[in-house]
Amino acid sequence: MGNRQEILLTGAGGQGLILASIILAQAAVNDNKNVVQTQSYGPEARGGASMAGVIIDIDTIEYPKVVNPTVLLSMNQASFNKYLPKIKRVGECVVIVDSTLVSGPFREEYKIRGYPITRTAREEVGKEVVANMLALGVLNAATGLVERKIFRDSIFELAPKGSGELNQKAFDLGYRLYESGPGQHIGQSAQTPQ
Amino acid sequence: MPETKPVLMQGNEACAEGAISAGVRFYAGYPITPSTEVAERMAARLPDIGGVFIQMEDEIASMAAIIGASIGGMRAITATSGPGFSLKQENIGYAIMAEIPCVIVDVQRMGPSTGVPTAPSQGDVMQARWGTHGDHPIIVFSPASVYETYYLTIAAVNLSQKLRQPVILLLDEVIGHMREKVTIPRDSRLMVEKSSDKVPADYKPYDEKGLTPLVPFGFGHYYHVTGLFHDQYGFPTGDPPQVERSLDRVHEKLEKYRDEVVLTNYIGHKEPRVVIVTYGCTVRSARAVVKKAYWNNREPVGLLSLQTLWPFPDKEVREIAKKADVIIVPEMNMGQIVSEVERHVKGEAEVVPLNRYDGEMISPDQISDIMGRWLS
Repeated sequence: MGNRQEILLTGAGGQGLILASIILAQAAVNDNKNVVQTQSYGPEARGGASMAGVIIDIDTIEYPKVVNPTVLLSMNQASFNKYLPKIKRVGECVVIVDSTLVSGPFREEYKIRGYPITRTAREEVGKEVVANMLALGVLNAATGLVERKIFRDSIFELAPKGSGELNQKAFDLGYRLYESGPGQHIGQSAQTPQ
Repeated sequence: MPETKPVLMQGNEACAEGAISAGVRFYAGYPITPSTEVAERMAARLPDIGGVFIQMEDEIASMAAIIGASIGGMRAITATSGPGFSLKQENIGYAIMAEIPCVIVDVQRMGPSTGVPTAPSQGDVMQARWGTHGDHPIIVFSPASVYETYYLTIAAVNLSQKLRQPVILLLDEVIGHMREKVTIPRDSRLMVEKSSDKVPADYKPYDEKGLTPLVPFGFGHYYHVTGLFHDQYGFPTGDPPQVERSLDRVHEKLEKYRDEVVLTNYIGHKEPRVVIVTYGCTVRSARAVVKKAYWNNREPVGLLSLQTLWPFPDKEVREIAKKADVIIVPEMNMGQIVSEVERHVKGEAEVVPLNRYDGEMISPDQISDIMGRWLS
């Protein structure tokens, strides 16, 4: 079970996290791994705190639900408040938040890394809708879940027609954002106007 | 079978793909969570391959439409969830009586009534068996993975054709909605089991001698179709010996093909002390537990997963009961298949129910807790 990765992608309905989870899952399939993807279907999928779970493993995956997250992505405050307490191994789970929309509290033991994901999408790509792919870039850079090239190809494969390259660009930007390091962004950009 | 690239697919999508692979070219339905993706996929796929997709005014009409399509010579399927499944029951009975092949997919959600539309449940097990009135036979499959959904849909379509019998595919919200890696063979024509088109000039659609293939209505043979008890040509009768013979015959055809219809799978210890008997998504939780307990720790445990729920796998369960001291039956309802297990175990082993009905899956921890209690 040592290989089992349980990834939670959370945010508001409409931020594209369910599509992001499908792309992540397909990328893992293309990378020859076993995958199960689940998502919230209730009214929360249309706003508030929606969730998509992806389990990646070398072994076959039996229980399909995320019980012990190893990676958590939070793209808004409501989902941050709701899903941070789901972490069982505090400190071992990689926690990535969009510091544009999440203002904390960032308790030290969680080792939370904040990146201005939505702001970067808005300012550098000119489109907030690609924030989900940018987040995937940051997430994959931080965790190395799937080989980068395979991931890029999977984005092209699944992105809405005509937007493949734009989304790949956002994904690469996520890598750059990760490489520039977290920390200094936390708490600052949260106040930037929407 | 040609190698193909593995894909990420939802249970509901796999159901639609399985149906298409098995030659289904007619879908009629009324969308309902959590089954809607079956309809969506069919609507996207069928027009391109010469099929027909109709969104009907309700579930009753959908059921009637697939019966009509089937007797007109097409392989037909419909999909729904609990509330719609209730509505379909009357026409399911008609299809059983008139021996018209069709497949009904019920992606179970939390009930009764509209319940919790997005929450999983396994509450329709007995409805699938006895939802329509009268002493009827029925085939019900319950897959535990996306790939199993694909091949059980194919089996459902082929068996319904072969036995001229409606088959119910009982999915649950978990299996219907989750996406999983699957490899689906490319050449789908391999999957279609042809029924014989050789029939005598004096065609009896309800021949007393046994199984006759269905010649589509209007293709050269005259017969009558009714929900009333009927003679060999389909004309109504109330003659007591004939009524009894007819009912015997529809039951016998299932008994005769019992081993083709009843599918189960056992993993674990050869001489188990504790065995879990379960179906649908609950198999996954149970398998996680049994793999750990048996493969890692060599504990005397096993898992009998039931792909077929009805006709009930009585032989298989009795065999387990001879070896095991305890049979645990986890299900996401207040206890439906457990009484059937008890009925066939006949006291040879202790039967312990494990029920959950709050709209969440039974977790591996819940199963290992109860299993541990019986092992120590």
